[in-house]
Amino acid sequence: MTGGALDAHVVVRRRDLVVDIVIAAAPGEIVAIMGPSGAGKSTLLSAIAGLARLHAGSIRIDETDAATTAPRRLHVPAARRGVVMLSQDPHLFPHLTVRDNIAFGPRARGVERTVADAAADEWIWRVGLDGMGDVRPAALSGGQQQRVALARALATEPKLLLLDEPLTAIDAETAGDIRALLHDQLAATRVTTLLVSHDAVDAASLAARLVIVEEGRVAQEGPVREVLSIPATRFAAVAAGVNRVIGVARGGRWVSPDGEVVLAARSGRGTGRPAVADGEPLAALFRPAAVRLERPEELTWTAALRLRDVEPSPAGEWLARVVRLEQTPAGARVHTAEPAVAVDLAADDVAALGLAPGVPVRLRVAAADVRIAAVAASAVSPAVVPAEITRRPR
Amino acid sequence: MSRSAEVGGFLPRILAVPAVVGLALLVVPLGTLVARVEWSTLWADITAPAALSALGLSFLTALLATAACVVLGIPLALLIARSPRRTAAVMRALVTIPLVLPPMVGGVALLFLFGRTGWLGGALADLGIRVPFTTGAVVLAQVFVALPFLVLALEGSLRSTGIAYEQAAATLGAGRWTTLWRVTLPLSLPGLIAGVILCFARAVGEFGATALFAGNAPGVTQTMPLAIYTAFNGSGVGQGTGVALSLLLLVTAIAVLLLVRAWRPEAPR
Repeated sequence: MTGGALDAHVVVRRRDLVVDIVIAAAPGEIVAIMGPSGAGKSTLLSAIAGLARLHAGSIRIDETDAATTAPRRLHVPAARRGVVMLSQDPHLFPHLTVRDNIAFGPRARGVERTVADAAADEWIWRVGLDGMGDVRPAALSGGQQQRVALARALATEPKLLLLDEPLTAIDAETAGDIRALLHDQLAATRVTTLLVSHDAVDAASLAARLVIVEEGRVAQEGPVREVLSIPATRFAAVAAGVNRVIGVARGGRWVSPDGEVVLAARSGRGTGRPAVADGEPLAALFRPAAVRLERPEELTWTAALRLRDVEPSPAGEWLARVVRLEQTPAGARVHTAEPAVAVDLAADDVAALGLAPGVPVRLRVAAADVRIAAVAASAVSPAVVPAEITRRPR
Repeated sequence: MSRSAEVGGFLPRILAVPAVVGLALLVVPLGTLVARVEWSTLWADITAPAALSALGLSFLTALLATAACVVLGIPLALLIARSPRRTAAVMRALVTIPLVLPPMVGGVALLFLFGRTGWLGGALADLGIRVPFTTGAVVLAQVFVALPFLVLALEGSLRSTGIAYEQAAATLGAGRWTTLWRVTLPLSLPGLIAGVILCFARAVGEFGATALFAGNAPGVTQTMPLAIYTAFNGSGVGQGTGVALSLLLLVTAIAVLLLVRAWRPEAPR
C-alpha cells in the first residue's frame, strides 16, 4: 500500500492563537513538524484528522476534499477520512485484547472477523509482540503499548498517518527501538506521514522534509538537513543544537551588536556569504563543539576587559564570561554571555580549566566552522537576544 | 509496614461515642425486625395470596421500570456526559431533583400530569387510555424515582472515561454506532451495571409516588411496600406477611449492595 497525497491549508482559531498553516506531502512522503509547545502542531493534526473543524482553508487527502470552507462548507467525519492519529498516549482500548485492538479498525470497516484477526496476528508479529495477542493492554509496558498502537494504526491501511510525539512518553532506550520500528514500517508500508516531534533526531532519522511551526505559522521549511544546518529562528537553532547569534553585516563579515566580536564565515559554495548590505542584520551559525575555549591569563573579569581595550581580539576570537554549566551525555555544555554562545566540552576539560559561573574565558571559532545567513525581517525583532542552546529534557 | 506499627490516629477520642450511637441507630432497628420474624411461619407468610401477589407485582413492575430506565437513561446519560460543561450542569441538576424530592410530591405531580384534568391525562382520556390507578401508573412512578440513579451513575462513568478513546475509534474508521457499542458502552460498563442495580432496587422499594399516583389496589397496584403499609395500617394483609415481606426487601437491599460493590473493583482504568 502507498499513502495518498496531502494538500492542506489549515486555519483554526483557538482561544489564544490563530493557527494558519499550509502543509503538503507527496504520496509516501514523511514530513516532520517541530515547534515550541503551544505553537499549534497538535491543532494542525486534529484538523487534518477531522477531530477539529476548520475556520478557513481546505484539506485535500488523496485528491479528495476532506474539508473545505469555501465555496461550501464540508467536513468529512474523522471516521471516513482514512487518517489515523497516533499520539503520546496510545489510547489502546483497555477492554479489548491486543489482537482485538489491532483488528478494531478493519472490523469497523466491515472486514470479516477471521480475516481481520489473521491480519492482526501478522501485525503482532511485525511489531515484535509474538504471543501477546490475547493479552490486555494494561499488562503491557509503555513501549509495547506504543507498538500495538502503531500496528493498530497501520492495520487500517491509512491514506495518511499522523504521529503526535509518539516517542515522548517512553524512556530513551525504548524510544530508540520504536524509532527503528517506525523507520522500518513506514518504509515498508510507504504511508504518507506527518510526524510531530520535539526531537531533531526523530526528524533527521525518519523524515525527508522538516517544517518549523511557531505561533501558528510556518517559520521555516525545507529538506531536514538544510533546516537543521541553517536554522532561521531561535527555536530552530535550539532544536538543531546550533549557536545562532544575531549581529550585523559589515564588510562581508558578521559583527556583534556591540562591535566587540567579528566573525568571518567559510567562503565557497552554498550559503557561506549572503549578499547583505552593511548594517543589515545577519545570523552567525556554528556548532557548540566547534568553539575552542581557554582561560585567559588575566584571572578576573575586569582585568581581562582592561586588556581587551588595549589589544582588540582578532576575528573569530572574543572574550566572554561563563554564565552556566550544564551536564550533557558527552560532558558539559558551557553557556557564555555577550554574545550568548554555548560551548561543548569534555567533563575533564571543565575540571582542568576550573570553570564556574562568572569566570572569564577566551572563545575561538574557526571561519571554516561558521555559516552566516541573512535574517528574515520577522525573525529579528525579539531575537536580538541571540540563540541560547539548551538540551531539552526527555 | 505492618498495620500495628502505625500511629493510631489524630482525632478526638470522644467522637467515637456519637459515631457508635449513629451506627446503632442504623443497625439496631433492622436487627429488631429480623428478630420479629416468625421463622416457623415464614414460608406460609410469604406464600400467602396477598404476599405472593404483591411480590409478583413488585418484581414485574420493577423489571419493566428498570427496562424503561435503561432505554431512556442511557441516551440521557450520554447526552449529559457529552454536553458542554454548563449545559451538563443544568441537566444534571434537573435529573437530581427527583432524587432529593419527597416521592409523595412526585406522585402528586404525576397525578396532575396524567389525571383526567391534567395536560396529558385529558388527551389520553380522549383516546380511551386512563393511566392513574393502574399497573402502568406503578411503573411510571417507579421510573420517575429510579431513573436518576441510573443516569447519574452512568454519566459519572462516561465523563471520567472522556472522549479520547472515542476519538481513537473514529480515526480508526469506526462510525458512531460502532463506537457506541464497541467502545463507549463497554468502557462505562461498571457504571452502567451499578446504575441498573441501584435503579432496580429503588424501583422495588418505591412507595410514596406509587401510593398517590397508583393507589393501593391488591393485585393491580399493591406492591410490596404498599402491602407492608397495609399490614400495619389497614386490613387485608396479615402482620406476619408484612414482616416477612419487610425481611425480603431487606435481603434484596443487602444483595444489591453486595452486587454493586462486587462490580466496583472490576472497573477498568
